Amino acid sequence: MARALINVPPKAKRGELIEIKTLISHNMETGFRPDNTGKPVPRDIITEFVCKYNGEEIFRAELFPAIAANPFLTFFTIATESGTLNFEWTGDNGFSASESVNITVE
Amino acid sequence: MREDHIAPATRRRFLIDTAALAGAAGLGLSLAIRPASATPASMRAAIRRVVGEASVKKGRLKIDLPPLIENGNAVPLTVAAESPMTADNYVKAIHVFTEKNPQPNVISVQLGPRAGRATFATRIRLADSQKVIAIAEMNDGSFWSDEIEVIVTLAACLEGV
Repeated sequence: MARALINVPPKAKRGELIEIKTLISHNMETGFRPDNTGKPVPRDIITEFVCKYNGEEIFRAELFPAIAANPFLTFFTIATESGTLNFEWTGDNGFSASESVNITVE
Repeated sequence: MREDHIAPATRRRFLIDTAALAGAAGLGLSLAIRPASATPASMRAAIRRVVGEASVKKGRLKIDLPPLIENGNAVPLTVAAESPMTADNYVKAIHVFTEKNPQPNVISVQLGPRAGRATFATRIRLADSQKVIAIAEMNDGSFWSDEIEVIVTLAACLEGV
């Protein structure tokens, strides 16, 4: 399974704007690069990223080959309640990875 | 002169190989006729697919990208839209396009009032010095855009393995 790094503040005040940073290891092969025989290397990328906060979707991104290797995404949300943030990546060749992080809201 | 002869030959072989690959993978012919790079026209077509017939106005959105890029393989990109992000006034989606990458699309993000701030950041690949355009879709159906010209000294995407 691909290694993912997630940065979410572990504690937040209710209604506070929090920044979420995610990074996942994946080489994001574009499908446009030729190999040493001149044929293009088949595309192998992450195509979709979804973040859910206690089951409710707060951020979704559709990725294309123009996203650099090891896709890094930062975005924001409002800390509404304590619970779990769930992160899910899906991609070519059946790629799938998920992570969860807990957050305490006071 | 010699190089002039080699170039079309490799291009032809590339096209044949791509066609064979497309057939084998059952991906259809769209791969075989894929151009070597997106053109301003294909970028406009990609934007049309997103916005439909709506008009796109300048403003309410800001792309943050270094104007001079040494390495196009990982370029930090931040897109920020101005919006209160309340239940009845929020940014629904932000799309990023390029003019000269092999494909015009870069990323499309879906947001909602829960996002709090309509800003995201990522790292992108840029194949050439070109124009980068971001378009934000508001919940009232209006579209806003920003564009930036960047210079890339080392291109991404097209080099060999």
